[in-house]
Amino acid sequence: MAIHIDEEKCTGCELCLSACPYGAIEIVDGTARFTDDCTLCGACVGVCPQEAIVLEMARKGEVDTTAYRNVWVVAETAPDGDLAGVTIELLGEGRKLADELQGDLAVVLMGDEVAELANTAAGYGADTVYVVQHPVLKQYRTGPYADVLCGLINKHKPEIVLYGATSTGRDLAPRVAARIKAGLTADCTGLSIDPETRLLQQTRPAFGGNVMATILSEYTRPQMATVRPRVMDRAQWQEGRTAEVIEVPVDIDEGSVPTKIVEVIADEGGHAVNLPDAEIIVSGGRGLGSPEHFALVQELADALGGVVGASRATVDAGWIPAYHQVGQTGRTVKPKLYVACGISGAVQHLAGMSSSDCIVAINKDPDAPIFKVAHYGIVGDLFKVVPELIKAIRERRGQ
Amino acid sequence: MNIIVCIKQVPETSEVRIDPETKGLVREGVPAIINPFDENAIEAGVQLVEEHGGKVTVLTMGPPQAESALREALAMGADEAVLVTDRALALSDTLGTSYALSCAIQRIGGYDLVVCGKQTFEGDTAQVPPGIAEHLGIPQITYVIDLEIEGNKVRGRRLLEGYYEVVEARMPVVISVVKQMNEPRRPGLKNVLAAKKKEIQVWDAAECDIEVCHCGLDGSPTRVIRTWTPTREQEGEIIEGEPAEAAEELAEKLAAEKLV
Repeated sequence: MAIHIDEEKCTGCELCLSACPYGAIEIVDGTARFTDDCTLCGACVGVCPQEAIVLEMARKGEVDTTAYRNVWVVAETAPDGDLAGVTIELLGEGRKLADELQGDLAVVLMGDEVAELANTAAGYGADTVYVVQHPVLKQYRTGPYADVLCGLINKHKPEIVLYGATSTGRDLAPRVAARIKAGLTADCTGLSIDPETRLLQQTRPAFGGNVMATILSEYTRPQMATVRPRVMDRAQWQEGRTAEVIEVPVDIDEGSVPTKIVEVIADEGGHAVNLPDAEIIVSGGRGLGSPEHFALVQELADALGGVVGASRATVDAGWIPAYHQVGQTGRTVKPKLYVACGISGAVQHLAGMSSSDCIVAINKDPDAPIFKVAHYGIVGDLFKVVPELIKAIRERRGQ
Repeated sequence: MNIIVCIKQVPETSEVRIDPETKGLVREGVPAIINPFDENAIEAGVQLVEEHGGKVTVLTMGPPQAESALREALAMGADEAVLVTDRALALSDTLGTSYALSCAIQRIGGYDLVVCGKQTFEGDTAQVPPGIAEHLGIPQITYVIDLEIEGNKVRGRRLLEGYYEVVEARMPVVISVVKQMNEPRRPGLKNVLAAKKKEIQVWDAAECDIEVCHCGLDGSPTRVIRTWTPTREQEGEIIEGEPAEAAEELAEKLAAEKLV
């Protein structure tokens, strides 16, 4: 692994100096040169107008896998400023992996004014917390986060790096993977260590959930994975637990970040309804017969304290906006309870909800495929069953 | 504007067949479609060119039969099509694929936007668009539901978990789009027939300067070692009885599981 500057192409324009988060470039005799502080993060490569900087990665088989140790979790923060739920789940899973590998569990915390979250990470099991704070990191953006993370990975050589399979994780991880040429597995639902080889066995659904696959990254390091939220068990909180907190100084020039966040628009009840995080979802399908009957679905959702979902057929028919759609081309959900009313259970819909903890299906067709995945099924007229169900639930809840 | 749209041909059937040896998808003889998210990408590209002028080049890496996906894209309004096909590229993982596509994109050259669908129906990884962006050394904007061009900048409105985020960057940029972005047009017979007559460029790895050691089964850092079809651990329970009875029993069972 090496980086070098082609001195003949370099014009001494100093754009790379501005892009470097570690102050590791200096101008000597009119051309740029790396200092010993260089972490091979690659931030300078893309900004050079002359393409004078080349980052060479080790080829397969050249990586010394024994030099890589410890399990890392790339943390995310929730809107309320706390550690995101998925990060706490990754800490739980990461702890198990770190223990099996007899290594440490570290958290990478990037942002602005996030230092106090290091205590939270420690309480949830981290042995080490790398804290990287800078105003430019306040909101997630691909460029600076990838630059910082690549630098840390190249310097400290973790054996495994875990990310949440959130919009952030799925935007960041493949960028990092492509830069450092490391294997990345998406959306894992299972992780384990092969005791003989030390390799991370990564299990995930593919082909819309029709098939499960186990994947290895044998020759590259770190082994990276994005992990599906709400699948792994959360770490246990240990009051008073401490970790080694390492503050990583970075100097990132806002001017060298290629993307700007122009606007953040909060949930307006529009497209942004948060189905993936809902604990209870009641969905309606074509069996509802017409759009007004979504009111019944809403009533059941209200009685249960959940949100409304929909099949693709109802969305295509214009009965309900697309942001309610559950399925392969809609949202994938894993709530504690999923109630499917008048939904036949096409493969593409099942792909979006079949790993829900408890699935209830109400449909008048006994052969509807939805019954194959339902934990509880009622074969009957939903217009009779659902109102009774609403009544029974309201009674129990004293509504 | 010059827009390159990357597409993938995927099997139509929901019943997939895996080759037990390579653990890859059996593609021959299986009816195929354009990956649904990629249709939204084509539509987005065509709409941008209708508004701003320019052309859409649609690009795919795949076996020779992937040409039919390119013809469908041409029928939707793409202007040119490129097929990168080479045995050495088969069974590449997302890193190998994004590398190979970036080489082809550099060979095409002169682009303002590279537009991709968010993910495929097969791997479901969403890893290729960021991989392409990294290999090209340009910014990426993912989960895009709306695109606006302002001079030499693009603004993408991203659909995230519970909110939108509008991100701006100077082109060229890689964009990945979500299904909710648009309604892909269904081309009429006239467009389909016209598409049949268009010339498709066919390149192999060497013509794109792809170093195949970074592709294929051997060149890919990840490897599938096992696949299986998940089976249900136990049968679900059908609750019998009249609606009122069944509903009551269901409510009881849900309460027992602390879901009510």
